[in-house]
Amino acid sequence: MIKVDVRFESFDVGLEMSGLSDLGGGAVASFVGQVRGDGKVAALELEHYPVMTEKALRDIAETADDRWPLHGITIIHRVGKMLLGEQIVLVCTSSDHRKAALESCSYIMDRLKTDAPFWKKQWNRDGSSEWVEERQSDLDAKDEWRAD
Amino acid sequence: MARSLHIVYFAWVKERLGKAEEGIDIPDEVGSISDLIEFMVAHDSLYEHVFSDLAKLRFALDQEFVPINEPIGDAQELAIFPPVTGG
Repeated sequence: MIKVDVRFESFDVGLEMSGLSDLGGGAVASFVGQVRGDGKVAALELEHYPVMTEKALRDIAETADDRWPLHGITIIHRVGKMLLGEQIVLVCTSSDHRKAALESCSYIMDRLKTDAPFWKKQWNRDGSSEWVEERQSDLDAKDEWRAD
Repeated sequence: MARSLHIVYFAWVKERLGKAEEGIDIPDEVGSISDLIEFMVAHDSLYEHVFSDLAKLRFALDQEFVPINEPIGDAQELAIFPPVTGG
């Protein structure tokens, strides 16, 4: 069961995890990405390509589903403006065993960073803003999965 | 015969161009995205400015990521944007 949701509102991590727990696997893994404070950041604004985003996320989830024996995958990604500490993204996976749940969760996050049409604008405390640039470490993380 | 293509822009590409989308009639000699960029740059200095560093641009044709040398073919929509930064 694959659930993909792109939305403005935040999400309840416990509720989403229990939705996957109910599918009967012995392992549920999750990752929550939040707005990180590095001194000058006040908020992040997420823009996306509406007609493409959900399909891109679903493709990533389907690839994970083919690669690991999973019972369920939930991906929720917020768009719009989010303040320091707010939740941005949730990935949950459920499987019979720990390794498949953890690995697939990590894989989905690595792919999501480079293969889904989202763009982050960083709003600083002084009112200025800048578009966040692509990070080589994110590209490297995705490529590591290819070597397997 | 020229054909029409819907183009959408995101993030700083959209901001610098001052528009989110437009329709462009592309001539027959334009085969790939790369050809189209060249055509646009040659016709308007605004594009010349925004598309000056091709290494910083990414593309999607009909909502699929593609490289700059991809043929446009019968695609309806081209998206031009900076590298993605979600998650």
